[in-house]
Amino acid sequence: MKKVITGDHAVAIGAKLCRVDVVPAYPITPQTLIIEHIADFVNDGELDTKFLTMESEHSVMSAAAAASAAGARVFTATSSQGLAFMHEMLYATAPLRLPVVMANASRTLTAPPGIWCEYNDSMGARDSGWLQLYVEDNQEALDMVIQSFRIAEDKRVLLPVMPCLDGFVLTHTVEPVDIPNQEEVDSFLPPYEPDIILDPARPAMIGTFMPAEYIMELRRQTVGAFESAKSAIQKINNEFAERVGRDYGGLIDTYRMDDADIALITMGTVTSTSREVVDDLRSQGEKVGIIKLRFFRPFPAEELRKAVSSISALGVFDRSISYQGGGPVYNEVRSSLFGMKLTVIDHLAGLGGRDVTKEQITKMFEITKKAAKGEKVKDVNWHNTRGETV
Amino acid sequence: MITIKELSDENLFTAGHTACPGCGVAMSIRNAIRVLGKDTVVYVPASCAVVFGTTFPYGAWKVSFFHTAFENTGACLTGMQAAFEKKGKKVISAGFAGDGGTYDIGLQSMSGAAERNEDVLYICLDNEAYMNTGIQRSGGTPFGAWTTTTPVGTRVQGNRRFKKNLGDIVAAHEIPYYATLSIGHPLDFIRKVDKAKNIKGFRFLHMFTPCIPGWKMDPAKTVEVTKKAVESGMWTLYEIENGEKKVTYKPGKMKTVREYLMMQGRFRHMSEDDIKKLQMWACKKWNLHYGVKGAPEICEFEPHIEHHAVTEEHREMHGP
Repeated sequence: MKKVITGDHAVAIGAKLCRVDVVPAYPITPQTLIIEHIADFVNDGELDTKFLTMESEHSVMSAAAAASAAGARVFTATSSQGLAFMHEMLYATAPLRLPVVMANASRTLTAPPGIWCEYNDSMGARDSGWLQLYVEDNQEALDMVIQSFRIAEDKRVLLPVMPCLDGFVLTHTVEPVDIPNQEEVDSFLPPYEPDIILDPARPAMIGTFMPAEYIMELRRQTVGAFESAKSAIQKINNEFAERVGRDYGGLIDTYRMDDADIALITMGTVTSTSREVVDDLRSQGEKVGIIKLRFFRPFPAEELRKAVSSISALGVFDRSISYQGGGPVYNEVRSSLFGMKLTVIDHLAGLGGRDVTKEQITKMFEITKKAAKGEKVKDVNWHNTRGETV
Repeated sequence: MITIKELSDENLFTAGHTACPGCGVAMSIRNAIRVLGKDTVVYVPASCAVVFGTTFPYGAWKVSFFHTAFENTGACLTGMQAAFEKKGKKVISAGFAGDGGTYDIGLQSMSGAAERNEDVLYICLDNEAYMNTGIQRSGGTPFGAWTTTTPVGTRVQGNRRFKKNLGDIVAAHEIPYYATLSIGHPLDFIRKVDKAKNIKGFRFLHMFTPCIPGWKMDPAKTVEVTKKAVESGMWTLYEIENGEKKVTYKPGKMKTVREYLMMQGRFRHMSEDDIKKLQMWACKKWNLHYGVKGAPEICEFEPHIEHHAVTEEHREMHGP
């Protein structure tokens, strides 16, 4: 069934289709519509869920972890300051292998205060042990909530997953979305049946104090789960494509990369705009393509190396800044491609929610092309920024 | 109502834990969980109890145990209880938090759970300072007490604030049940835990739990010190059920706070003037709780008159 809905609504419907048991919630712009829609589902009797109106995001993630440890399928959503406030609990969730799914409405993190899209909220959580993915449109937002639960609850993975959707650009913008029916989702996503939970019938201690003699092995196991996640994500993507008919490619997706010479790595909604730019440039004879970075965690290093194996320069779009050496995606990409003879440059744009236009993306390709020709360009290029010469 | 005789002999918090000899927290946990029984799942925030009861690969708990952080007991109990209810399981979700984890850093999370009237049992093990980190002052630390962050200096001696009135704060949430307990009063203790076990909604048990190294006292005197606390009015035993307050134990004859203080090294430096101030606090508390004036020979002395909003304590801390 097709419906014209916001990204937040799509996420809420996705969670509902997953028959989530517990939803602890705390409001923050632009995530609010997600929890409002879920509250509607619950109060209208459409969804049998324990909907908990918590008193802070820190308590949201605490309740989420505890409910998950007690065997419930848990969903929640947050954004920006909320994600920062629950930061401590993000680190508590992943190594305990609690497969919570939490949508993040990407929003700039104060200071200065703002409410529009930037990735500096979720990038700060990159080492928390959560899997992270960035969606391009409302359809992908809905589909990836469903896939996130499959990935999170996969016995080889058992890690929390954070699908991120661009604040306002998706959260509050309507698009036609094809909503899978309940039977389809039920057959794709079986009930959550964990092995070890808090249960009087089979007492277990979860989260015990751990001396140095054991912590390194636990960390290594969590890395192992990240490694397993890569194949699980691909397998689940393919299975979803087969059943529902929408193939997102897995860890990364590519567009017109087959004979490309210049490529741009994109994330989120900027990908859609970039597809148009690629079409325009291709019609002018430019051999350009894009690599859509879908998962930032686990980071698809091997997939990227393969995707860029025959190009001569790579641009990286970054929607947040590390304050030194460009954006976090740029640094991650360069590190992944270490040893390859390939020029990689950074394109910072859209920080604080500033629009990223076709003109800016065209410029990104132009500069990257110059770099391919061996012309001197900056490593880190600030686009559409006062005081910059790009 | 359960009696001591009927209590299970099986320890659900077993021997072999590494708490200090005479630890009031360990004694309170052990006896509380005996009353609560096997169908309990516990949450313990960051505290001594996590270290002495759960250091991997050993564990003292025979019921399911969960721990994540410090300030989130109310929230974690909320989450696990929601999961049990959704799955149709009848489980008592019980939290054992310290005074720091309740009076201070965990106040918001506790308040949230209380306000929502979650069907959980919140237990505060009040040993009147951050003992796990090495005896630092908390909102539950009494007036005059030495801690490592309220040292006995040449200019300022010990804690200058009086113990936070947590009971009234919790009760203001209009929850079904709030009670104060002490391990030195086991019949009262067991009755209250059993009562809380069988009430639906947010129940709060406030346990007075001596800390041997933190209070600098004889490990053989845990029980005795709690008795002295109650006899002097430094701790009072009462319960508030659906808004109705009832004193559950009134000591026969009021004793001076000095007797209580002198058992503990943390108070031994206190000046006569400071002891007087604390005595006045205890007398006021006594009057309020028992509805009768404390012993005249103890409570009637020249009061220290404060004329201004700026108290002497304030001046001592911040200068004139």
